[in-house]
Amino acid sequence: MMDGLGPHAGFILAAYLAAAVILAGLATAILLDRRAQRRALAALEERGAGRRGGVSS
Amino acid sequence: MASLTELANPARFMRLSSVLLPWLAGAAALLLAIGFYLVWFVAPSDYQQGETIKIMYIHVPAAWLALMFYSMMALSALGVLVWRHPLADVAQQAAAPIGACFALICLLTGSFWGKPMWGTYWVWDARLTSMLVLFLIYLGLIALRRAIDEPSRAGRAVAILTLVGCVNIPIIKFSVDWWSTLHQPASVLRLSGPTIHSSMLWPLVITAVGFTLLALALHCAAMQAEILRRRVRTLTIFEAERLDRLSLQAAQ
Repeated sequence: MMDGLGPHAGFILAAYLAAAVILAGLATAILLDRRAQRRALAALEERGAGRRGGVSS
Repeated sequence: MASLTELANPARFMRLSSVLLPWLAGAAALLLAIGFYLVWFVAPSDYQQGETIKIMYIHVPAAWLALMFYSMMALSALGVLVWRHPLADVAQQAAAPIGACFALICLLTGSFWGKPMWGTYWVWDARLTSMLVLFLIYLGLIALRRAIDEPSRAGRAVAILTLVGCVNIPIIKFSVDWWSTLHQPASVLRLSGPTIHSSMLWPLVITAVGFTLLALALHCAAMQAEILRRRVRTLTIFEAERLDRLSLQAAQ
């Protein structure tokens, strides 16, 4: 694979690696944040902190 | 407008996005798999740039998405300032980190492409500098949001700054026409049609649509997280008030 990429293989692979790391980091951060908020909301509702419904801003 | 407001109800958004999200993510994964198969095994190398042309298939979609997400934020800013719609503020807040990441990918992949082709990682030409300014505006908007505790005040301040920053969008787009730049002029989004061969254009279009669907899926998930965070905040305040009332009653 490296031979087929020619003399600039390092730059090509570095570009793909940088994009993959940034996107994987972004997706992980968003999904972990959503899971944490779901758990926090479930804990609050379990303690009876809920109100009549609807999602407030 | 009433139906639009109804559609933009946060509770309804949570229901619709929960249904939509797996389809968006699945379609993104499929298109990116097809696109990168074409890029790595079918599309030819460029007669001048050789295999470094493979960087184009992530660099160009990242640039488009950095601009698209800023434009989406500008529309959301209007929703915040004109209609004071909470979901517009949520959309704006969730879009900023995603746009910043695509701007960063565009800058980094551009540097890795520039070094073998131009002989330098960076040059202060109009296109590169205006894209760097866009990245810094994204960071500024994220920082401003975090600097103000009260969410509605933060949303309005961010909306105003977002609209001010809009001036940079046409500068990025037309920088290669207005100034003499090392960066090449547009070769896909042109009034006279694309100038790149279809054997490279189709893989680019497929990866671009794949990245766009991925970005929209991430935006949906980030908006869900933000709606949940705001509900957690509201319920935490209600709970604190309830506990205050109980402790007052106990004291009496």
